[in-house]
Amino acid sequence: MFRTLTLSLLMTGTALPALANDGVLDVVAPFELKGADPVTSGSILLKMDVTETLVDADAQGRLVPGLATEWSASADGLAWIFTLRDGVTFHDGSAMDGAATANALEWSRANGGLLAKTPVAAISGEGQTVTITLTEPFAMLPAMLAEHRSAIIAPSSIDGGSVTEVIGTGPYRVTEFSPPNKMTVAAFGGYWGDAAAIDRAVYHGVSRAETRALMAESGDADITLSLDPASFTRLKGAAGLEVRSAPIPRVLVLKVNGGTYDQATRKALSLAIDRAGIAKAVLRYETGATQMFPPGMAGWHDSKLVPLGYDPEAAKAALAEAGWMPNAEGILEKDGKPMEIELLTYPDRPELPLVAAVLEQQFAAVGAKPVINSTNFSEIPAKHNDGTLSTALFARNFALVPDPVGTLLQDYAPGGDWGAMGWSNGDFTKGVKGMAAGTAPEGTREALVATLHEEMPVLPIAWYELNMAVSDDVSGVVVDPFERTLGLASVSWAD
Amino acid sequence: MLLSIGRSLGWRLAQAGMVAILVGVLSFAMMRALPGDMIFRITAARFGYDNVTAENAELVRSQIGDPAGISAFFSWIAGLFRGDLGTSLVTGETVLAEIAHQFGATAELAGVAILLSLLIGPPLGLWAGLHPGGWFDRATVLLASVFKATPQFLLGLVLIVVVSIGMGLLPAAGHGEPRHLILPGLTLALGLAANTIRITREAVVQARASDWWRFARWKGLSERQVVLRHGLRHVAVPVLTLIAAQFVALMEGVVVVETIFGWPGIGHALVHAVFHRDVPMVQGTALIMGLAFVLVNALADIAARLLDPREAAQ
Repeated sequence: MFRTLTLSLLMTGTALPALANDGVLDVVAPFELKGADPVTSGSILLKMDVTETLVDADAQGRLVPGLATEWSASADGLAWIFTLRDGVTFHDGSAMDGAATANALEWSRANGGLLAKTPVAAISGEGQTVTITLTEPFAMLPAMLAEHRSAIIAPSSIDGGSVTEVIGTGPYRVTEFSPPNKMTVAAFGGYWGDAAAIDRAVYHGVSRAETRALMAESGDADITLSLDPASFTRLKGAAGLEVRSAPIPRVLVLKVNGGTYDQATRKALSLAIDRAGIAKAVLRYETGATQMFPPGMAGWHDSKLVPLGYDPEAAKAALAEAGWMPNAEGILEKDGKPMEIELLTYPDRPELPLVAAVLEQQFAAVGAKPVINSTNFSEIPAKHNDGTLSTALFARNFALVPDPVGTLLQDYAPGGDWGAMGWSNGDFTKGVKGMAAGTAPEGTREALVATLHEEMPVLPIAWYELNMAVSDDVSGVVVDPFERTLGLASVSWAD
Repeated sequence: MLLSIGRSLGWRLAQAGMVAILVGVLSFAMMRALPGDMIFRITAARFGYDNVTAENAELVRSQIGDPAGISAFFSWIAGLFRGDLGTSLVTGETVLAEIAHQFGATAELAGVAILLSLLIGPPLGLWAGLHPGGWFDRATVLLASVFKATPQFLLGLVLIVVVSIGMGLLPAAGHGEPRHLILPGLTLALGLAANTIRITREAVVQARASDWWRFARWKGLSERQVVLRHGLRHVAVPVLTLIAAQFVALMEGVVVVETIFGWPGIGHALVHAVFHRDVPMVQGTALIMGLAFVLVNALADIAARLLDPREAAQ
């Protein structure tokens, strides 16, 4: 409070126009460079247009050609052939061919890339094609290849069992690599597509949200990612920049142990949550979640579903109907067990403990006895696996790959560390696996969405928004809900 | 004199050995005491929160073993004798290489901070001490109290708001150019200078009340001559000792200031290493900080003995 007040007073008294551009495009984000390997720093390398993937995704999450111009699967779905774009060279001048591409994919598969989770039997490259052989049909494969960890790097990047240098194919090449905070890139003259409009760009990893906001305001940053709610609101009125936001497929959910709280209880607890209030007061968003998937997720948001509502009286009635009655202390009780809800969360995302505090009050208002346990995030998978978890509040990204089936497969078919617990639905699991294999019948997606909405293995609270500040000095910055790109190569200085 | 310096260095060397063992033990014990599964945290640091799964955690476990196991500790101690501080569990780089990269950034920042504090503190303290009770003295003491009482995160943010946003003179954060050093250096320097102002002032006031000062004046030296010929040397001893003692405060400040200004130094590395449960990095950075503290104190001892031969005689 004191810090905010002091800052606000000083802002009012000292605001002056931001510094003019210095010919270098400065990108500021909270993520730090862990090393040259796309497996650990791939998200930054992809955003900075240093690396590229075989398959790309558009703003709606549809797969489009990247370094591969086309791909097809054999009739049995076990062999996928990707045709590589001609004339692509790595930043060291070597040609991107099938062998080099297969080498990069094998590296990713063996070192924690997403390909490790696909049923891959072998990857081979010949000429300008790459063939991926599977042990079972897996229609999600192209989507998996769009993920940043599957970026294609030159064989010369890898030396002595580690990635020692970033040598990609993107419109920018690395000229200075100083992990954890800084990377300088320059336009790559041999790029296969349109050359980058701005010659030099610098990535700055700045972990503190206040500092990022101040860098945007002072003109040190041209593009600033991940603004905290308070800074986002404050920067709306700042001169020399524009703040932008877009809903992203990241959902704030309350995971509920289905073994302790049955479907009727989960639905009753859902009615006790004031999502709109949480969104406005804590997250500074216009609306809370009305279903699991946000409107931007093509095909997964069903506008015909009845929105998740807030009605504490209906929640009390539903809890009574589910068998929860007040005991002598006024706490709801069923079969002799009081409704003691542990709200497990972690402070790494600062909004989580705040939302937990609101949930604590709202669950107490319907007769439960909630207790917040704000601790280490690793307690969530640990307690999931030993079966002691009551509830857990966290943010889950449904766009690890552009198609959310990947996340559903991991979290809800039938359960997962960051998904359902003590819940299973045979048809749902079959549907998700069918979609992953490419054998699901028409209408499966709608049925999956309806099941999640009806049975509530987790309670959606809010849809996250991607917040960023863009300097008036630049134009052409892309706000990508899938957080893959900033459109950096097409960004130019404003007239 | 040389014998005295040798004895002092011997004692400091023994201290360095004790610091190495204690830092290793304590940092390892504290990391073990932190809540949560270390492997999951390391997995999150490597792959990002969204990709923390039991399979990825197992992959990490197969690569690094049990970082909290007692064998990991003894392996670290054994490595210490070979000059090997181990490998970062997050980046896979050697801890020495990581620290070499980061320590340079911190040394730059600490050097600028000390330099700025010496340019600010002693001259103001000297002037205040020469005119005790005057308006300048009172204003200086007040200012020193304000800077001493202001938390560095607030001071840093205020400087960014006023100098970077308000005046547009310096970058708000970043690293790589000399101008990036000024605001974080000044943030640290103002806190350090608050102490040097007061110590210098007290030393000057004490000196002016001493017999040797009166004798120097009695034999015909002007106030200015007494200050230049005798006073500065006298005042330098407590100021030097204070600078050495302030090294701990400086390291504390570095942790905060590097985080605020996005400065890739050892303080920033320590915070992230604790957060990510990168045990060898925590042990390595804490060790280097501890040894640097011993080294600075040893240098201060030598300087004090050179400046004041009476120390050696004692």
